[in-house]
Amino acid sequence: MSGSRQKTPKRKMQMSLGDRIISFFTYIVYSIFAFVCVYPFYYIFINSISANNLSEKGKVLFWPMQVHFTNYINVLKIPDLFNALKVSVARTVVGTVLTVLFSAFLGYMFTRETLWGRKFWYRFVVVTMYFNAGIIPWFITMMNLRLTNNFWGYIWPVVVQPFYVVLCKTFVESTPKELQEAAEIDGAGTLTIFFRVMLPVIKPILATIAIFAAVAQWNSFQDTLILMTDSKLFTLQFVLYQYINQANSLRGLINNASGTVDIAASLAKAQTATSIRMTVTIIVVTPIILVYPIFQRFFVKGIMIGAVKG
Amino acid sequence: MKLLENKRKLRSLREFLYILPFLVLVAIFAYYPLYGWFYAFFDYKPPFPLTWDRFVGFKWFHTMVSNKVRIAQLLSVLRNTFAISGISLAFSWFPMMFAIFLNEIKCTAFKKFVQTVTTLPNFISWVLVYSIAYSVFSSTGAINTVAMSLGLLEEPKIFLASSDHIWLKMWLWLTWKNAGWAAIMYIAAIAGIDEELITAAKVDGASRMKIIWHITIPCLLPTYFVIVMLNLANFLSNGFEQFYVFQNAFNKEYIQVLDLYVYNLAMGSGGYSLSVAVSMFKSIVSVVLLCITNGISKLVRGHGFI
Repeated sequence: MSGSRQKTPKRKMQMSLGDRIISFFTYIVYSIFAFVCVYPFYYIFINSISANNLSEKGKVLFWPMQVHFTNYINVLKIPDLFNALKVSVARTVVGTVLTVLFSAFLGYMFTRETLWGRKFWYRFVVVTMYFNAGIIPWFITMMNLRLTNNFWGYIWPVVVQPFYVVLCKTFVESTPKELQEAAEIDGAGTLTIFFRVMLPVIKPILATIAIFAAVAQWNSFQDTLILMTDSKLFTLQFVLYQYINQANSLRGLINNASGTVDIAASLAKAQTATSIRMTVTIIVVTPIILVYPIFQRFFVKGIMIGAVKG
Repeated sequence: MKLLENKRKLRSLREFLYILPFLVLVAIFAYYPLYGWFYAFFDYKPPFPLTWDRFVGFKWFHTMVSNKVRIAQLLSVLRNTFAISGISLAFSWFPMMFAIFLNEIKCTAFKKFVQTVTTLPNFISWVLVYSIAYSVFSSTGAINTVAMSLGLLEEPKIFLASSDHIWLKMWLWLTWKNAGWAAIMYIAAIAGIDEELITAAKVDGASRMKIIWHITIPCLLPTYFVIVMLNLANFLSNGFEQFYVFQNAFNKEYIQVLDLYVYNLAMGSGGYSLSVAVSMFKSIVSVVLLCITNGISKLVRGHGFI
């Protein structure tokens, strides 16, 4: 962000008419952009908490009507969905932790002058950024490794990411050499130096990598689509996609599954295809919306380093 | 002395052993799948392993261009790929303009707000984008409801299940998702422009449009150039997920791009070997494109981007 520009000209109203018209239109156009980006989320949210018979007919447009939160309770009662939530959380946590640790360790090791064949192995890892065998060979490989219909199929292929390794290596190189040397004189071995000295020092870059890895794991859809046929391993993203495509058959499932077919239960609270879809959407999108504004600076840092490197 | 030397060697080897497991991971997941390209020369039917009696040579590459139906299919896929990539390329200046005019906004709070909310869509998955599209554009969605109550539409229009302007729509969704994020790089570049240049121009009485035209845009051109080159290098790769989630029986003919075609061939109709052949062909063209753009970049900027 450029904060410096505003500080210089304090003398205000010397804008010509043309400049003012431009200024006016800029505000309008950017307000529209912002609206287009915010409204869909808001629209889905208010629908998910409004009376279901109204939301199904598209009556809820600007504010919630007859607010209730039963949708969220009912939707989490669908066994498939709760299971998918567990899979998504598990892969995000496990995947992120391993990715961060492995990238940090490899990045650090590739700065060790003593490492045998250091340059060669570094290139061996980095070159993989530039090619890709394609979906089918990858699928066949995963099949041969018994990683289809296997939770670790979400994890192992993505834990060593050359780009993150490069980021870590660059960061370690920017730290003072004396840190490692001092530890070495005190008799610390390679691993001790990494865990005791380097890890705390390179925390900022690890935070950036963690955010990117977590978002990638949470959002991942393609690997479930290709690798998994066992519904126990479906992720939230995948289940949501299925729900959108078969929402109508779903309604019956949910209203029956909740046990009592209470006829008196008001129409407002009976699940509809729309209500399920929108509620699940909000559940899937919430972690991102919560995480993003807080960690925005890490994201921005990530793209900037990427731009310099790549 | 010898002892010390041995110790050093031991340590160097021990350190190698530490990274060995990770190298194995890279070898397995990045290098080993390359061997799958052999499947393009066999008649592969999973789950049976490959045997030499299934060797068919260049049969699949011939099939791609010998059978009339296949040619028509491949051509339509190429048409879609070129159209969608072409539109993105033609509008690749959009994030730059977005950044330039955003920077003209003096109210910092508003600027920050716009930047945050327009960047957010970049971090949600295509499935969520599709879900949003479905919610907003379905027959009972916001757009249809508003249009009907304003009397613009007689009856609900089905936006998603139609192939009208599908390439443009795909570009719009891509822009909705990515523009704010793509603008960040330009915003940083604008912040790096020498303040004195702008002050000097102001003293000379330049209007804001003149400053943008004569200072900001020329300063951003190198960044823009790199983006265009990268776009060109990825001309055949539009990505898979966006088109997969948006595809349906009505728009399939116009939405099927190469990446999606490769998937549909294998997973949809079991043509594994043919699919690998098509993706090989794509990879080769992509490498050539990458070399060409890198060459252009070397000519223009003095250094490539690989």
